[in-house]
Amino acid sequence: MIGSIASILVDGLAYAMFLFIVSVGLSVTMGLMGFVNLAHGAFAMAGGYVVLTAMRYFGVPFIAALALTFFVIGAVSVVFERTLYARLYKAGELDQVLLTIGLAFMAIAGATYFFGPIPQHITMPDWLAGHIDIGLRTVPTYRAFLILIGFALVIALWYGFERTTLGAKIRAAVDNRRMAQSVGINVDLLFTLTFAVGSGLAALGGGLSIHLLGLTPTFALVYLVLFLLVVSVGGLGSVKGTLVAALVLGIFDTTGKYLYAEAGGFFIYAIAMAVLLIKPAGLYGRE
Amino acid sequence: MAHVLEIRDLNKNFGAIQVSRNINLTLEKGARHALIGPNGAGKTTLVNLITGALTGTSGQILLNGEDVTKLPQAARTRRGMARTFQINQLFRGLTVIENVYLAIAERTGASNRLWRAAGAERAVIAEALQHLDSLGLGEDAGKSVNELPYGRQRLIEIAIALAQRPRLLLLDEPAAGVPSSESHLILDVIGRLDPDIAVLIIEHDMDVVFRFAKEITVLVAGAILTKGTPQQIAKDEQVRAVYLGQDHHEVAP
Amino acid sequence: MAESNTVRDDKAAASSLSGRGVDFLLNRHRFKPAEALPWILAIAVYFFLPDRLTFGSQVLIMVLFALSLDLILGYAGIVTLGHAAFFGLGAYTVGLLVIRAGWNEPISSLFAAAAVAALAGFVSGWVLLRYRGFTLLMLTLATAVLLMELGNLRSDITGGYDGLPGMVIAPLFGVFEYDLYGKTNYLYTLAVLFVVFMIVRRIVYSPFGEALTGIRENVRRMHAIGAPVHRHLVVAYTIAAAIAGVAGALNAQTNAYVTLGVFEFERSAAVMVILILGGTGRLYGAFVGAVIYMVLEDDLAKWSPEFWQFGVGLLLVVTVLFARRGLLGLFEDIGRYISKKRAS
Repeated sequence: MIGSIASILVDGLAYAMFLFIVSVGLSVTMGLMGFVNLAHGAFAMAGGYVVLTAMRYFGVPFIAALALTFFVIGAVSVVFERTLYARLYKAGELDQVLLTIGLAFMAIAGATYFFGPIPQHITMPDWLAGHIDIGLRTVPTYRAFLILIGFALVIALWYGFERTTLGAKIRAAVDNRRMAQSVGINVDLLFTLTFAVGSGLAALGGGLSIHLLGLTPTFALVYLVLFLLVVSVGGLGSVKGTLVAALVLGIFDTTGKYLYAEAGGFFIYAIAMAVLLIKPAGLYGRE
Repeated sequence: MAHVLEIRDLNKNFGAIQVSRNINLTLEKGARHALIGPNGAGKTTLVNLITGALTGTSGQILLNGEDVTKLPQAARTRRGMARTFQINQLFRGLTVIENVYLAIAERTGASNRLWRAAGAERAVIAEALQHLDSLGLGEDAGKSVNELPYGRQRLIEIAIALAQRPRLLLLDEPAAGVPSSESHLILDVIGRLDPDIAVLIIEHDMDVVFRFAKEITVLVAGAILTKGTPQQIAKDEQVRAVYLGQDHHEVAP
Repeated sequence: MAESNTVRDDKAAASSLSGRGVDFLLNRHRFKPAEALPWILAIAVYFFLPDRLTFGSQVLIMVLFALSLDLILGYAGIVTLGHAAFFGLGAYTVGLLVIRAGWNEPISSLFAAAAVAALAGFVSGWVLLRYRGFTLLMLTLATAVLLMELGNLRSDITGGYDGLPGMVIAPLFGVFEYDLYGKTNYLYTLAVLFVVFMIVRRIVYSPFGEALTGIRENVRRMHAIGAPVHRHLVVAYTIAAAIAGVAGALNAQTNAYVTLGVFEFERSAAVMVILILGGTGRLYGAFVGAVIYMVLEDDLAKWSPEFWQFGVGLLLVVTVLFARRGLLGLFEDIGRYISKKRAS
């Protein structure tokens, strides 16, 4: 009994960390600019394929491939941000939705063209492949690893947001963009920077998810709904909210699938909807 | 007879910040009341509280003797209240006549009809044209709002409000942003408003205030500093101090 | 009493209204000759492309679905990512009536589908349309996903992702059999589209339709003029849901088959793409968008699905950046440009 609770918890936590890593960038950029970015899942998906390509065709080790995808996708995303997104910051949400759905479609088509529609897998290095004993039970090493990376990122992001000047500027700009601009914060530059980091993190999450979920081009839309739910339930622009929402939705989803597999995602969608109906701005969002 | 507008001990807090405190204000039929004060004094907030766009933290608002404190904006509007906005809030993609048409259709309930053509509501269209004619906008009826110069767009703001046939009209800086070459259009219209309507006007231009208002309320930091006739306000030392200290507007009759 | 007064006023006013530059408003609802064109083309398809009528029906169904979205997105300006919810409800109403209740009369099934979808539209609209922006997007998206998950949860009733196959639809009016080439079904679908289109056309040119455009153009001002914004929106949403339900019902009847795929996000996205492509808030945008999208999809997707999907994505990006008013808007702009050139 305790053993299976521990398994559920480890699986749930690992899944939650995946959701957090991918969603946190989306939350901060949406909080900053209010830009509805439905191509965020495409950045995560592309990140996965960068890891896959680096490992399979260039023999890059897993960890190095993760670092690589963070920088590659981060850099690529800036190109999109400057050339396409920036034109629509003042446009309505419909325009933003259409542009980014369009980009997601193109990304899916491109990935299908190069890698085919079937799920892809990568071979994990030996030290991540087995199981480790956490006392109550042995758990897959990879999941423990994912949880550790997640916690490390939570701490790094917390430090970055709460203890650095850059973080303070971002918080100020999320809080009140106009005020931040009037005290001399370059919000555009700030946004480009957070957008790059956020997309890089999404790519990292995409890479980390391959071993967990397998990688298909449709990842870009299938998981997008989940990322968006995490962001909206947590509250736009809130790192803490994203973490709490990722934990709640990740653990609930995993538990639900263990105990009542037929229900699928029913419970987390119901929970997410209930939260949004009661708190439209999310758990930690500003009203 | 009941006051057209009566505000009793109205307070509004945004979190820890008190933006309106202990506001008491009454307007009678035909009032010409100006609300002045430095930027950030809470003038527009007060208009939003009166219309119901914001709800007060405490206090009461009465329209024609009826307590409307808990009523939403639409219900208050139906009781004979209209406003204009400091920054144009027009139906920009539509034509001038449609802007006024919408206000009339909502007032008369025509807008609830799904099965009749909008163009067949001749009475609504005729009334819309009357309103436009009376503001000198008749020629522009078929034009898109976007095509008009800013001064004439400001007139549409007023035309929409008048099409609501209000008993209480709230004008939020009606001449704001209008180049001086066109501002006489606006002032002229304000000067010719139906004498039965009670008007509350927020204005920065003291020329306009002293020409138009019979009573003035001075709002500073969310609270009423003083009230009086234009002569009294012009002589008031406190008001002079506030204005000379914080703003460049001249206080002169 | 009030009504007869209005009518008298209307007559008195009528004479003085022309020549005031408002004829466009007075005559907007009158039929123009060009409006016959799509219907003539649709009938021509029946005679000249008899082997493509099943596909033709699917196009007409998409037109209907896009038309329902136009009412809320194009006219009232409400962005929804879950419009497939109502399409799916309509489809399942028909499917469940046939498979679980043995009721297979097509026209009464349509009414049932419209009623179920309208009820769902009314309830969800009543709750959701108080919200704005991203929250509303997420809530509409979640509604459709939730319905899909619910269908999956009760796959004993809905057939789950395998669907409800083998539906047999009774002859139309008890006389006209559904034939192999979809002739009956095509005319039936066209007739339903025509009737619904006339209703939608009437609504968008009514004072209520005008109020919807007011909400789209400036919701703050609508509140300030005392408009019951929420009520207007709920009414529009309910009607749009009913029409989407009819489209879903026709889809189920045409394919004789329903699966949970009807609720997919891709379907909500596709109908939006179709409407944007054709042009929003202009009635005929749904026709242009659906025909072009479906024909291209039919050709390209068979040849190379990736190429098709890439093309749709690119089309969206280009449309948003350069032709925001859709193809019909683009045609208008080009027409205006040419006539200006000629004049000068």
